[in-house]
Amino acid sequence: MSMSSSDAVPETMPAATTATASSTRPFFWSVRREIWEYGSLYIAPLAVAGLVLFGFVISFFSMARHEQEIRATLTPNSMPAIMVLPYDIAAVSVIAVGVIVGLFYCLGALYNERRERSILFWKSLPVSNLTTVLSKAFIPLVVLPIIVFAVTVVLHLVMLALNIVARMASGMSVNDLLSNLPIFQMEIVMLYGAFAFALWHAPIYAWFIFVSGWAKKAPFLWGILPPLALVLVERLAFGTHYAGRLISYRLGGAVDAAFSRPTMLPIHVLHEHVTQNHGTRHGMDGVPVFGLQQIDLAGFLSTPGLWAGLVVAAAFLAAAVWMRRKREAL
Amino acid sequence: MSCIEAHGLRKTFGTTVALAGIDLKVEEGRILGLIGPNGAGKSTALNAILGLVPYEGQLKVLGRNPWTERDALMRDVCFVADVAVLPRWMRVSQVVDYVAGVHPRFDRAKAEGFLAKTTIRHTSRVRELSKGMVAQLHLALVMAIDAKLLVLDEPTLGLDLLYRKQFYDTLLNDYFDHTRTIVVTTHQVEEIQHILTDLMFIDRGRIVLTCSMEDFEARYTEVMVNPENIAAARALKPINERQVFNRAIMLFDGVKRDQLTGLGEIRTPSIADLFVATMGATQGIAA
Repeated sequence: MSMSSSDAVPETMPAATTATASSTRPFFWSVRREIWEYGSLYIAPLAVAGLVLFGFVISFFSMARHEQEIRATLTPNSMPAIMVLPYDIAAVSVIAVGVIVGLFYCLGALYNERRERSILFWKSLPVSNLTTVLSKAFIPLVVLPIIVFAVTVVLHLVMLALNIVARMASGMSVNDLLSNLPIFQMEIVMLYGAFAFALWHAPIYAWFIFVSGWAKKAPFLWGILPPLALVLVERLAFGTHYAGRLISYRLGGAVDAAFSRPTMLPIHVLHEHVTQNHGTRHGMDGVPVFGLQQIDLAGFLSTPGLWAGLVVAAAFLAAAVWMRRKREAL
Repeated sequence: MSCIEAHGLRKTFGTTVALAGIDLKVEEGRILGLIGPNGAGKSTALNAILGLVPYEGQLKVLGRNPWTERDALMRDVCFVADVAVLPRWMRVSQVVDYVAGVHPRFDRAKAEGFLAKTTIRHTSRVRELSKGMVAQLHLALVMAIDAKLLVLDEPTLGLDLLYRKQFYDTLLNDYFDHTRTIVVTTHQVEEIQHILTDLMFIDRGRIVLTCSMEDFEARYTEVMVNPENIAAARALKPINERQVFNRAIMLFDGVKRDQLTGLGEIRTPSIADLFVATMGATQGIAA
C-alpha cells in the first residue's frame, strides 16, 4: 500500500480495535475543513490589509509633504503621535474585520451544512458532534486571532518598510521614525489583544453558533433579534436597562477589561492642522499608544465578566452540541 | 451476533407513526433489500439504525446502541444516501484527505484506485461534477472503508441506467465479500433483485413480508396461464392475477411447482411483481 500522506492514513486493520482510532485526528481535520470551506477567514483580513496599505501610501505622501509644517508646531511630546497613528489604524481595522468575519462565520457554522444537506455526510463519519462543535468554536477563538495577528504583523512590517524607503527618498530622518515607533511592543500587544478580545467575545460567538444550529431559517435575524427584543421588552415593561448594559458591556468592554488605560499622545497640533486642510478628524484628541505596560493580564484574568462570559459560552456550545445531534437537514 | 437486531422498534413524529414497533434481525454477510412505498418508514428505520434519530424499543447494531454510541458505531458502519450530499464546495482531493484524516478504517490507496478508473479529477469541486460522478466519488470513498455494515438509502436515485448498473456491479464485485452486511432501499427493485440475499417489505411502519431469496424463489411462482387452464389455476388460489397481452399471469404463494407445471409457462416472479401484488392490495391500487 503506497501512501502519500503517512501521518493521516492508518493501516487497514482487519480486526476491530479501538486503538486504530488514535491514528486519526478528527479535531485537526475538522478545523482544516472549516478553513477550506470558509476562505473569507483569511481573505477578508488580507483584503482589508491591502486597503489599509493603499490608504497608507496615499496619506503617507500627503503627510510627508506637510511634515515640515507640522514639525514646526509640534512639541517633542507629540512627535510619536504622527508616526504611530497609521499603525494604530491598521491594527484596529484588521481586528475589526476579524471580529466581523468571526461573527458571520459562526452564524453559518451549523446552518450551512444543514441547508446544503451535507450534514448527513459529515454524520456518516466517525466524528462526534462534540468534536464538530468544538472545531467550529476553535475558529473564532483561536484560528482568527492567529490570522489577525499574523496579518497585522506583516502589514506593519510592510508599512514600516515603505515608511523607511519614503523617508530616505525625501531625505527625512529614519531614526526619528524608528525611535518613536515601538513596533516590537506593538506586535506583542496585538497578539495579547487578539486573544483577549476573542475570549471576551466568546459568549457572542457561542450564541451565534448555537443559533446557527437551531434556526430553521434566517440565522442572522435569530441571532440579532432576540437580544434586541430582550432589551426593548425590559425597557418597556420595567423601565430598566440591565440587558442593554450587559450587551454593550460585552460588545464594547474588551479594551477596558484587557488593557489598563493607554497613554494618549496629544495630537491637537496635528489635529488642527489636518482640520484646516481637510475639514475632517473631529473629536480625536489623542493617539493611544499601546505599549507592554498597558497589557493588564492580571486585571483581565481577575475580571468576573471574563469568566462569566466563558461560562455562558460553554453553556451555548453545549446546547449547540445537543442541537447538532437533534437537528436534521433543512 | 446479529449485525442488526431490533425488537419493538418504534418511532413517531407527532401523531404520525413512522415505525409501528418492528422486529428485525439481519445476520452478518447478508444483503437485505428493504422495499416499500414512499412514506413506508424505510428511511426512518435506516436513520434509527445509523443513530441519526432517537427511537423507542430495542435496537442493537453490531452490538451497540446506535443513538448513544453513534461515534463508535460509525467506525464500522458506512452509509450512502441520496440525501447525504457530499459538500458541494469541497474539492475531490480535500474529500479524500478529510476522510483519510478522520476514518480509522479508510484505505486511501484503495480509494485512489477506484477514482483512477473514473474521469473524476482531484482538483474538481464536488459542485462541478455530474450527479453520476458524485455517486462514483461517494462509492469510491465508501468502498475504501473496511466497514462491517453498509447502508444504502436510494443510492442511485436520479442516476442514469449506466451509472446505476455500474454502481451495483462495482459494489458486488469489488466490495461484498460475505463478511460484510449491506442494507439497501430503492424503488428500482428490478436492478437489485439478483444481488439480494434477503428481502423485506415494509408498509405503513410495519413489516409486511420478510424472507430470504432462496425462500422467495421456493415460495413464489408466477405462471403465464394457458387460456384453457384458467379455472384450474384459479382453484389453486393465486394471490394475484393480472392480464398481459390477453394472457392471465397468476402469482402463487406456497403452491408446489409440480402442481403448476401443466397450467402454463412457469417462472420466478420479480420482486416488483410481488411488491405490486402485496402492496397494491393494501394501497387500494388495482393490481
